[in-house]
Amino acid sequence: MKRKALALLLTVATAATMLVGCGDKPADSNESSTPVESNSESEATPDSSVEAPAEEGKVLNIYCWNEEFKTRVTDHYPGYEVVDGTHGKIGDVDVVWNITPSDDNAYQNNLDATLLGQADAAADDKIDLFLLEADYALKYVDTPYTMNIKDLGITDADIADQYKYTQDIVTDSTGAIKGLSWQGCPGALFYNRQAAIDILGSDDAATVQAAVKDWDTFVATAADAKAAGYKMCSSVNDTYRVYSNNVSSKWVVDGKINIDDNIMKWVEDSKVLVDNGYAGTHDLWSADWSAGFFPEGKVFCYFGPAWLINFCMSKGEEGAIATDGGWGITEGPQGFFWGGTWMAAAAGTDNPSLVKDLMLKLTCDKDIMVDIVRADDDFVNNKPAMEEMANDASYSSDVFGGINPLSYYVAGADSIDLSNLSAYDQGCNEEFQNAMKDYFTGKADLDTALETFKKNVVVKYPELTY
Amino acid sequence: MKQKVKRGKVVSFNKWGYIFLIPFVVVYVTFQLIPLFRTIYNSLFENYMANGGLVQVGPNWVGLKNYSSMFKNPDLWKYLGNTMLLWIMGFVPQIAMSLLLGAWFSDPSLRLKGTRFFKTVIYLPNLIMASAFSMLFVVLFAVGGPINSVLVNLKILSAPFDFMNSIWGVRGLVAGMNFLMWFGNTTILLMAGMMGIDTNLYEAAEVDGATSTQIFFRITLPLLRPILIYVMITSLIGGLQMFDVPQILTNKKGGPLETSMTLIMLLNRHIGISKNYGMAGALSVILFIVTGALSLVVFRFNTKTEK
Repeated sequence: MKRKALALLLTVATAATMLVGCGDKPADSNESSTPVESNSESEATPDSSVEAPAEEGKVLNIYCWNEEFKTRVTDHYPGYEVVDGTHGKIGDVDVVWNITPSDDNAYQNNLDATLLGQADAAADDKIDLFLLEADYALKYVDTPYTMNIKDLGITDADIADQYKYTQDIVTDSTGAIKGLSWQGCPGALFYNRQAAIDILGSDDAATVQAAVKDWDTFVATAADAKAAGYKMCSSVNDTYRVYSNNVSSKWVVDGKINIDDNIMKWVEDSKVLVDNGYAGTHDLWSADWSAGFFPEGKVFCYFGPAWLINFCMSKGEEGAIATDGGWGITEGPQGFFWGGTWMAAAAGTDNPSLVKDLMLKLTCDKDIMVDIVRADDDFVNNKPAMEEMANDASYSSDVFGGINPLSYYVAGADSIDLSNLSAYDQGCNEEFQNAMKDYFTGKADLDTALETFKKNVVVKYPELTY
Repeated sequence: MKQKVKRGKVVSFNKWGYIFLIPFVVVYVTFQLIPLFRTIYNSLFENYMANGGLVQVGPNWVGLKNYSSMFKNPDLWKYLGNTMLLWIMGFVPQIAMSLLLGAWFSDPSLRLKGTRFFKTVIYLPNLIMASAFSMLFVVLFAVGGPINSVLVNLKILSAPFDFMNSIWGVRGLVAGMNFLMWFGNTTILLMAGMMGIDTNLYEAAEVDGATSTQIFFRITLPLLRPILIYVMITSLIGGLQMFDVPQILTNKKGGPLETSMTLIMLLNRHIGISKNYGMAGALSVILFIVTGALSLVVFRFNTKTEK
């Protein structure tokens, strides 16, 4: 009996260790609860850095999630010297790169923890500059942790040539611009030329545009595509971004989850596409999604910005459509953007003038920006430069069989209106697509799917209701 | 005087015992016991990050509110059901296979060749990280993946089957992966138990004319009970904590209609963006109690019929 009791005790003790996996996290909530006070402190002193200290800091801390920005600074910022993989030098200031990958929210978790401790950190440990993506930009922009670029000394005249949507994304609720980007990522519709001939009888951009000019026409064309043996697009998730960039209300209104009409239009159209076999429901980046990069995948079109087709659509692989220059480009049903990186100055930085100069050089200096287009195939955030290049016959793209695609991107860029972003976009967009998949595949009815969506959003953002 | 010195020596030996225990106790207390109690403590507070992670809410004392909202959520039971189902689907074939292999490997009269080699081979899947293993399966079982093209080319299927969009497809894959990863480990444990059984018993049974089926069920199984209990309880605990395989296989979504969503995946959602330590703590405590209770049931069930 005694032995049994002992065995039982041991069993329970083993079972107890299972809590450890869960337990170690709550333990450090200890630390994260301290920033409550520091939080309010930094709120009280967000503008303390406005008056640049006479002597600026000797360490510039930059937080980002990959090598891209570092490469841009290394290649294009005058006077930057490489020291090693994570260190550089500008004049006598040491540049420290803190690179955390964005997988599983790791970048934001790390950034949040550091920002919450920003007020108490030593001057050389404070974040000076950090990078943001559009999906969650407002989470940082609408807080005192980011600096108004006007306070850095950047004027409206400096940024007049940028695309307006790139400024909308980082404009806070009071109208202050809190960040700048050197990239523009307007998207366009890429169509498989052979498919266009099979379906529409012509691969001319104007003919294709007429067949995809709005969403109802797009869905109607999908039937023809199926008749010709093609899928209209690889997955309904391809079109999601185009709809969600053209909403007329925010995801969250007065603390309640709100679903915009254009998002519901996506649900409606996508259901038709899936039910009739015009498109799949694969996740973006999955193997099934990218099947259409090759002719055997039998996909009519993809939606994306320049970087998608230049870097992600199997260009260079044997047999890929991109390698053979078999893609065409047109504007598509609605304008949209995808991706882009914004630079934001952290409140409390001890290097404001250096941060200002980095922003000015990389996002407003036309010569440097043209260099970036030429050297890195980026679409830069400078209207005159891009328009010039769009009309430049010598610039052409081999994925499109030698045409200059920039005019199609430029046309989309001007029409993007992003006044309806919210800090909750990333989580809402992700959960919405996840939940709707069950509806599209017929596993759940619409109400159940919407319920699942709302429930999972509240797990991510406990302060919301529905 | 002399005696005193002797006693001193005895005491100092005891002292060494305690000194050797220190590293374990320190590690155990810091990394297990304190977090354990902190989890329980945290579960009584409203404590999360709002606005996607930058605004701290709480900690505010809310008593058992986290528990009541947890229990009010019908999905909790659904996820618990999923977790148990996924575990059973993987465990039943696992224990059957392991018993069979263990019996064969430990039976000297079969004179099996290369047992050492096969023991290594069946253990190998366990050496691969579960996450890497699931990523491999995601690619293997994609609609345009190799498994589908083999099945279609062999005319077993007329069109590719979308495993990831099928409720039982996903559950089957999760269970299958858990089976593959753990049957080698279980086989080795059971074999160790079987080798510890006195061979005289087998010889006596054979002399008495017992068939091999009778020997297995009348001798091997009853004498293997302590090991079986151990295997079942550790596997149950592991099963309730199932996370990495379904998380990666379903890309965090839990499969169609969340039918392969496990409790730890829910926990992971709570401590994801919102770092909701209150709710996550409450869920951990519930899981702790469930595990304790189920372990007790398994233990009782297996020891009752001993006499």
